[in-house]
Amino acid sequence: MSEVVLLKDVAKVYIMGEERVEAMKGVSFSVAAGEFVSIMGASGSGKSTCMNILGCLDVPSSGSYLLDGVNVGELSSNQLAEIRNKKLGFVFQGFNLLARTTARENVELPLVYGQVPAAQRRARAMAALERVGLSGRENHYTNQLSGGQQQRVAIARALVNEPAIILADEPTGNLDSATTVEIMNIFQQLNGQGITIIMVTHEPEVAEFTGRHIIFRDGQVIADTLHGARSAAAQGGATS
Amino acid sequence: MSTFLQSLLIAARALRVNKMRALLTMLGIVIGIAAVIVMVAIGAGASKMISDQISSIGSNLLLVLPGSTTSGGMRSGSGSTQTLTYDDARAIQAECPSVGAVAPTIRGAGQVVYGNQNWSTVIYGVTPEIIEVRDWIIVSGRNLTQSDVDGATKNCLIGRTVVDNLFGADDPVGKVVRIKKIPFTVVGVLGGKGQSPQGQDQDDVIYVPIRTAQRKLLGSQFPNSVGAIMVQAKSAEVLNLAQEEVTALLNQRHRIGPSREIDYTIRNLSELLAVREQSSKVMSMLLGAVASISLFVGGIGIMNIMLVSVTERTREIGIRIAIGAKRRDIMLQFLTEAVLLTTFGGIIGIILGVAGARIVAALVGWPTLISLDAVIIAFAFSAGVGVFFGFYPARKAASLNPIEALRYE
Repeated sequence: MSEVVLLKDVAKVYIMGEERVEAMKGVSFSVAAGEFVSIMGASGSGKSTCMNILGCLDVPSSGSYLLDGVNVGELSSNQLAEIRNKKLGFVFQGFNLLARTTARENVELPLVYGQVPAAQRRARAMAALERVGLSGRENHYTNQLSGGQQQRVAIARALVNEPAIILADEPTGNLDSATTVEIMNIFQQLNGQGITIIMVTHEPEVAEFTGRHIIFRDGQVIADTLHGARSAAAQGGATS
Repeated sequence: MSTFLQSLLIAARALRVNKMRALLTMLGIVIGIAAVIVMVAIGAGASKMISDQISSIGSNLLLVLPGSTTSGGMRSGSGSTQTLTYDDARAIQAECPSVGAVAPTIRGAGQVVYGNQNWSTVIYGVTPEIIEVRDWIIVSGRNLTQSDVDGATKNCLIGRTVVDNLFGADDPVGKVVRIKKIPFTVVGVLGGKGQSPQGQDQDDVIYVPIRTAQRKLLGSQFPNSVGAIMVQAKSAEVLNLAQEEVTALLNQRHRIGPSREIDYTIRNLSELLAVREQSSKVMSMLLGAVASISLFVGGIGIMNIMLVSVTERTREIGIRIAIGAKRRDIMLQFLTEAVLLTTFGGIIGIILGVAGARIVAALVGWPTLISLDAVIIAFAFSAGVGVFFGFYPARKAASLNPIEALRYE
């Protein structure tokens, strides 16, 4: 299987006044297409920094990051914007949808920046909303939706450009346990359709729904293990 | 184009969210633009009035007046003697190449009677050239002719004010009026000119042939003398040249030399009034400048609100950057918002300004003049204010760090 993500010796150093903070100290791992990976660690372990670098919101201080075969460290800020738009889909803990905007318009947003014509945008946004089970809610404003529904809109937004990877940063952090299972179910379904997903979480129960655990401590990977993923669909069926 | 339309839609939506704030911010620009329009209209109106007055005197005009004399060591004032003659006027006409029309005049006052009405007015002895030199229009009847002058006929032209006071609604042409008890036939009526720059009624006048005036009406001790000679240069460019030619000719004719002082003066009327026009232009520029300050203050208001807006929407900016907005897109979004605010405010300001100028004209009676240029410039300026004052906040938005922006609470 081809590698979508290849991190080689990636280090990230922040200079805060006099202090040098080494957030990542030589991290190397790769993720193949179709994997569902969870990145875990305590706060300050470097997992968020790793996520920012994976998301092309930040660049490594040293080492290299190849995303879909492209060395991200050599790109300009406009090219990085293009990569974020076309190859990455973001799902955040706080949903981060635009307020006073409908579900469909939120999902269309990446296509707006990708210069996709309006008619096509609409069709693709509707298709993405259907994949997360929100058909019929496209004209609801985001504040009219529940937390779980908002997160599904966010997932649809991440999906809409057919990205190489979906990056999810604590996607269930603001959700109750039933909704957490619901969201993880959607991630598993999408992963089943061949989409690569990398998820940051600090909850082991959530990580259990993924097939691979990468554990960070003090800016380094201390464990990288494969697991048999628990089926959220089965669990969801059991609870309901 | 669709990108532009898109950012226009995004900006319009962002403004709709905070309607009250958008309106109040816009108010600064509205007042600024309206003030500029009204002030410029007042200034332009004043300039126009003065330049109309200048053209009502006649253009490219030199006024030759008799000079002062000295007798027994006592100098009398300008115009106190009658040193200019009808022949001087004929000579200027014949010998100065830069001179177009020449109109000698002699002035007096007298009572005019028609039927049971009478009116005291100013009587000028003139030649037919007066019509050309002073840019008169004859609204009915005909001009005086050279044969009227040469034959000293009792024909006359009368001004608007005299017509109104003597004839009312009657047609004066062909009627006989008595000027100082001498009967004259009205051959023509002069079109209205209104006030002179000095505030005199230029229409309160009767023109009779100069020879008639000299011999029968105004009875001068020097029957050949004239009160003034109006000299019109062929064009504005040769006005100064004409002045030199007239000076040289009169010096020669009056034998001005070391033993004889200059007995006439030449005034350049257009120049005098050009100075007034200049000062009114300066005045209108000052008015415009003061009004521009309020526009500037309005612009600062825009910048202030845009900065607040950028801070409030930090998270939104973070989201947009994360899902692929380029710096340029963010910049454009906020700039569009600022420009939308100012151009919209500008349009309202133009409407209010035009209305305000009308109201000023109607209530205070000041002439106002709204030119299309001023409106277009005001509109462009309001858009410019948006770009100028929106630039810094927009750049601030575009340079946000997406990681921090996404975490911003």
